[in-house]
Amino acid sequence: MKVDNVKKIIINIGNIMEENKSFLSELDAAIGDGDHGHNMAKGFNFVIEDFNNNDYDDLGLLFKKVAMLLISNVGGASGPLYGTAFMEISKEFSGRDELNISDLEKILELSLKGIKLRGKAELDDKTIIDALQPAYLSVKKDLENNESENQVLENMVMAAEKGVEHTKEIIAKKGRASYLGERSIGHQDPGATSTYLILKTIKDNII
Amino acid sequence: MVGIVAISHSGKLAEGILEITEQMAKNAPVIAVGGTNDGRIGTDINRILNAINEVYSEDGVLIFYDLGSAMMNAEMAVEFLDEDKKSNIEIVDAAFVEGVISAAVYSNINMDKEFILDEMKKIKINKRD
Repeated sequence: MKVDNVKKIIINIGNIMEENKSFLSELDAAIGDGDHGHNMAKGFNFVIEDFNNNDYDDLGLLFKKVAMLLISNVGGASGPLYGTAFMEISKEFSGRDELNISDLEKILELSLKGIKLRGKAELDDKTIIDALQPAYLSVKKDLENNESENQVLENMVMAAEKGVEHTKEIIAKKGRASYLGERSIGHQDPGATSTYLILKTIKDNII
Repeated sequence: MVGIVAISHSGKLAEGILEITEQMAKNAPVIAVGGTNDGRIGTDINRILNAINEVYSEDGVLIFYDLGSAMMNAEMAVEFLDEDKKSNIEIVDAAFVEGVISAAVYSNINMDKEFILDEMKKIKINKRD
């Protein structure tokens, strides 16, 4: 996959955030501050605008630009969290102009590591990590077992979806939702949901 | 004098804190930033970065914040700074309003960063990240 394909996928992630902004913000309104979808859409709209006006031939520069625009424009916690993920990815892929399926494992691994460090969160804290970690582990396992590209992607999305479902059963330990304690049970986490949507968009654009 | 940066999710809360510190600690280098660049509730890393640079001196900078995501943006802003500045900046876990005001008062009477950090331990509240 060339830089322009990566660019196209990121633009489509932005479109999906725009389409789902009310849904994500409603999820956030139940347990947080009700702006997650609008924040994400706003951040990615800056990315889309930049991508429409600039060409990139280095994946490191492309991912770094996404990181900076999300960090600068999202506003909520998701800005520094997703921004850190893209920043970590940018360091790894600096100087590269092509990605293949085996790079997906590294991308998810770096995202997970970056987001865990930035948010000081772990699995079962009811955050992005509850979708991202199972997705990463699924990709890692499937690549080790030489599964087909389609299978790797489909299982990744299924793992993330299951992770999102699981967030309904657990107590929020991070972010604004943690103030609700046990009352956060029953609600699905908006951050895990946006991560699922991002991963699903990646799959839908490749398969 | 120790520089103080106060980061709130609300522009009005930032203004309010500044109103008090200006009265109580007129000469202390204090900047309060709040809200996003388009006036929503949230924090803006670029304004945080500018604020740190503006109050920075060799005496160091203390950063106070209201809610967890302000801390994440504060951490990122500090990471963007040069190495020598970085080591002279602390993000403080303390009650926000009390922390900013008392730190500003101490800075105003030329107490050093270590003294102020020690005082802040009394109002540490184990903030949620």
